[in-house]
Order: sequence, then structure tokens, then C-alpha cells
Amino acid sequence: MKVSDLVEQLQLRIFAGQAGLGREITDGYVSDLLSDVMGNAPEGAAWITLQTHQNVLAIASLKEVAAVILVQSREPEEDSIAHSNREGIPLLGTDMESFACAGRLYMLLKTD
Amino acid sequence: MALFTKKYIIDADNSLSYGQASSNFKKVLKLLGIAPPIIKRTAIAMYEAEINTIIHGGGGTAQVVIEDDHIKIMFEDHGPGIADIEQAMQVGYSTASHKVREMGFGAGLGLPNIQKNVSELKIDSTPGKGTKVTIRIAL
Repeated sequence: MKVSDLVEQLQLRIFAGQAGLGREITDGYVSDLLSDVMGNAPEGAAWITLQTHQNVLAIASLKEVAAVILVQSREPEEDSIAHSNREGIPLLGTDMESFACAGRLYMLLKTD
Repeated sequence: MALFTKKYIIDADNSLSYGQASSNFKKVLKLLGIAPPIIKRTAIAMYEAEINTIIHGGGGTAQVVIEDDHIKIMFEDHGPGIADIEQAMQVGYSTASHKVREMGFGAGLGLPNIQKNVSELKIDSTPGKGTKVTIRIAL
């Protein structure tokens, strides 16, 4: 599934990183612990988190995740937006909390 | 003769740009055509060590060397050092500050993550003087 498809299906906001909307989402990961994401997030994941600072994008880039989804209506910091645009990794947002967002993502990815 | 060497300055004052050395070195490895699984492992290990150098060491340096058969990265800081390295290696053990933890760091996973991804991890530390961490990844 492409990031743009997920945006449409879950009605996500696009904060930045539009250039990466064609990236392929092959998995998902939910975590607010950055070392956990470094250690365990799969490549191509849509990463669901409530962390909004720039380090999230540094990790997203190093791990080559497909997109970052900020939950609970959180807004990214300005540096995060710049970093997302620089790396072409979409920074998305939703009013859902992590559980609901992950559930929706799971249904879309794993039940095709 | 090394294929590539570079010394990165890891600046602890620029807290919003953690991971710059790792990001840059990952690009270098890609340009050199290093195999993607090696690049991933190196990037993870280097990022974790870079973060440690910042949040525990107060900043320092990372010297990278690419040889024919391995990548070596030496981190050096002049922070408080590690009194008990065995304890520091344990999953979940951390001395990170509340502020650092709020950012999602300091979960006690950094050193174990490094260990998992490298061929060799060596830590030399003198409490009160600083820490040297050397990682080697076989090619």
C-alpha cells in the first residue's frame, strides 16, 4: 500500500514530506521509545508515535520507515517538518490515539 | 591503507540534530556501495553510540575507518565515564535524565542495540575522565 493510499483511507493530515507519498508501506510499528524503534522497527513500516521532535525523523530516515504518523492531534515541531521535507519521509497526523490508529492500519495491511 | 576515514565532531549543544554523524556516514556507505544489511546495522549501532556520546558524554568525537574487511568506529567523550560496564550493558538499565527520557531516549536499550548489530564492541571507561567506545563491523 502506498503512503498516499493510507492518507486517503485513514483521512490523515500531511504535515510534510509530500515527495515521499509514493513510498510503499509494508508493515507498521507503534512506539514512543526511540531506541526500541532503532532496534525493532521493520523497514517500510508506518511508524505510529506521539513524539514530535526532529529526532523522530532522524530515526525514520536511518531505519528507512515509509512514513511517520503523529497521533492524538499532535503537531510536529518546525525542525521535524524541515527534516521530513529534506528526507522525503511523509510526516502525517491523525486525531486517533495509537491503539485505534494501529488497529486501522493493521486491518488495511494484514487483511488484504 | 584505509578505504575511507573521517572524524565527526558530535556536538551536544545542538540537541535537535542528534544523529547527524550517523546520517552522514550512512550516506557515505551507500555511495561506496556497501551491502544494505551492513549499512543498516552500522547505522543503528552508530546512531545509538552517537546518542550516548551526547546524552551521557556531553559530546565528543567519532572516528570512522573503512578497511577492506571491516568498518571501525571509535567514539570518545570526556563525560563522567561508566563505573560498572556490565550493569550498563543490561537491557533496561539507564542513568539518563528525565528530560532525555521524555524525548524517548534513555530506555536502557542503546548498548544492547549496539551489541546486537556489531561484530565487536569494546568499551574503555574511566569514571570522571570519559569513555571510549569502539565498534567493528565485519564486511
